[in-house]
Amino acid sequence: MSEITPELVRHLAHLARIDVTEQEVERFSEQLALIVDSAATLKVAVGEDIPATSHPIPMQNVFREDVVQPSLSQESALSGSADAESGRFKVAAILDEE
Amino acid sequence: MSELIKKTAVEQLALLQSGEITSVELTKAHLDHIAAVDSSVHAFLHVNAEGALATAAEVDRRRAAGEQLPKLAGLPVAVKDNLTTMDQPSTAGSKILEGWVPQYDSTVVTRLRAELMPILGKTNLDEFAMGSTTQFSAYGSTANPWSLNRIPGGSGGGSAAAVAAFMSPVAIGSDTGGSIRYPAAMTGTVGTKPTYGAVSRYGLIALGSSLDQIGPVARNVADAALLHDVIAGHDPHDSTSLKEELGSMVEAASNQSLKGLRVGVIKELTGEGFQKGITDRFNESLEILKAQGAEIVEVSCPNFKYAVEAYYLILPAEASSNLARFDSVRFGMRVTPQGNPTIERVMSATREAGFGPEVKRRIILGTYALSSGYYDDYYGSAQKVRTLIQRDFEAAFSKADVLVSPTAPTTAFKLGEKLEDPLAMYLNDIATIPANLAGVPGLSLPNGLADEDGLPSSIQFLAPARADHRLYEVGAVLEREHENIWGKRMIDFAPEVKAGA
Repeated sequence: MSEITPELVRHLAHLARIDVTEQEVERFSEQLALIVDSAATLKVAVGEDIPATSHPIPMQNVFREDVVQPSLSQESALSGSADAESGRFKVAAILDEE
Repeated sequence: MSELIKKTAVEQLALLQSGEITSVELTKAHLDHIAAVDSSVHAFLHVNAEGALATAAEVDRRRAAGEQLPKLAGLPVAVKDNLTTMDQPSTAGSKILEGWVPQYDSTVVTRLRAELMPILGKTNLDEFAMGSTTQFSAYGSTANPWSLNRIPGGSGGGSAAAVAAFMSPVAIGSDTGGSIRYPAAMTGTVGTKPTYGAVSRYGLIALGSSLDQIGPVARNVADAALLHDVIAGHDPHDSTSLKEELGSMVEAASNQSLKGLRVGVIKELTGEGFQKGITDRFNESLEILKAQGAEIVEVSCPNFKYAVEAYYLILPAEASSNLARFDSVRFGMRVTPQGNPTIERVMSATREAGFGPEVKRRIILGTYALSSGYYDDYYGSAQKVRTLIQRDFEAAFSKADVLVSPTAPTTAFKLGEKLEDPLAMYLNDIATIPANLAGVPGLSLPNGLADEDGLPSSIQFLAPARADHRLYEVGAVLEREHENIWGKRMIDFAPEVKAGA
């Protein structure tokens, strides 16, 4: 049995900063429950002693010389933004009023 | 349709180099064909006519002046729309990036420009490459040139369909769980996923960073090899880029014999679950390989049965993190709700409006897989499966030089099927996903038509990490033998897409 409930889907959508409609909550709950149930077989399949692999080709400590390289101009960096002012990205209030 | 565009890239380049045709003629012939048939196929999200012709004219001018030009100079190419291009919109098939023109070129595009290849435009894909049918593109689906009411595969259905319908000789794709190889299988074309790190991911709009790899899409093995050699190589902008050179794929594709090559048939990716017509063609090709001197052995990869489930935890986890950058602040869509909303409300409203259903589904699933309390059970277990799959490959490659399976379990199905059934949809990639989890290279080669529906079937070769050349060595020989038997190329079986349908 899956623990995917509509409440959990609403909570996850909030964590991911995506507004969801009630229809989406309902549909995602059903679909995610199926996917998660099928994924539950994995826990049974793998033993405790198997190491995890996070990256296909092992690599460590990729360094480069610390030299100044050309980078985006301020104008260019701001050019894709919906709103900019005085060389900065402009956004809505970060904190709620209360 | 101009006969010129039906030629291989190798032939088109020979005509360019001998001066029989100009790059402007060749580029124009492709642009004309795009104008004639892409209303039926919808492979392109953006056509870069002016820019492509400007590059072509530059090539012609410099060639006329007697300059030494790069090998592929003047050959047109199409680019999947999840690679950034400074002169063209780069949407990744998403509304959240509608109209966004990036401030930098991806490394692969920089290399295409350095090679003086006219870029015909940007090709359609499932939104952020999440899907296997191209139906999750926010800009409408792409049709399969072999049968316009069927899927072209995905996520790179646009690149595959553009090449299959002769709108471009070659194209660039990206493969996270099969997004180059599966569309190749559906459209009777060739697609390669190189070894992880062989091609720079800089400027590829990231989906699953430990899985994504860019590669070539073409109508035959030699053409794919040409493009592969242009895009491969170390790039300091990508910390996962391999330092070592992996050699020339063009040279590998000139291989003539399979004498002594050990070919391992993956037991778990054959037989049950695979369409009969695909299995029949697959078995015939094994006989051909044997006749060419290969030794066929059976290998078992028992943990591959967990690959799809592991992938659908690892990929959403990485995607949910990568897609957090679409926050309405620095680029892309911004939706501001009524009243005096906080930035958090703006972000949530923007992501609701800007992301499609599959993207939301996977972000929410990934958020779940990574949340505390569930992490060990899901994401942690999936990463252990990744180790088991790597061990399966290791054992298999101790018995065989290359592995084979059909690329896909079925031929192209109808548009609209499986759309509301994610689990059924995810099984399309059952044979392609293991390579991404292990980082090994794979090539999908057309393998004749399935008897029951007359649609393309295909065969997939897999090689150990860094042995990409083996794919071209075996692929070139099997392709040559197929063409000898058929008396023509696989793509010549495809019905012609009619203009303006």
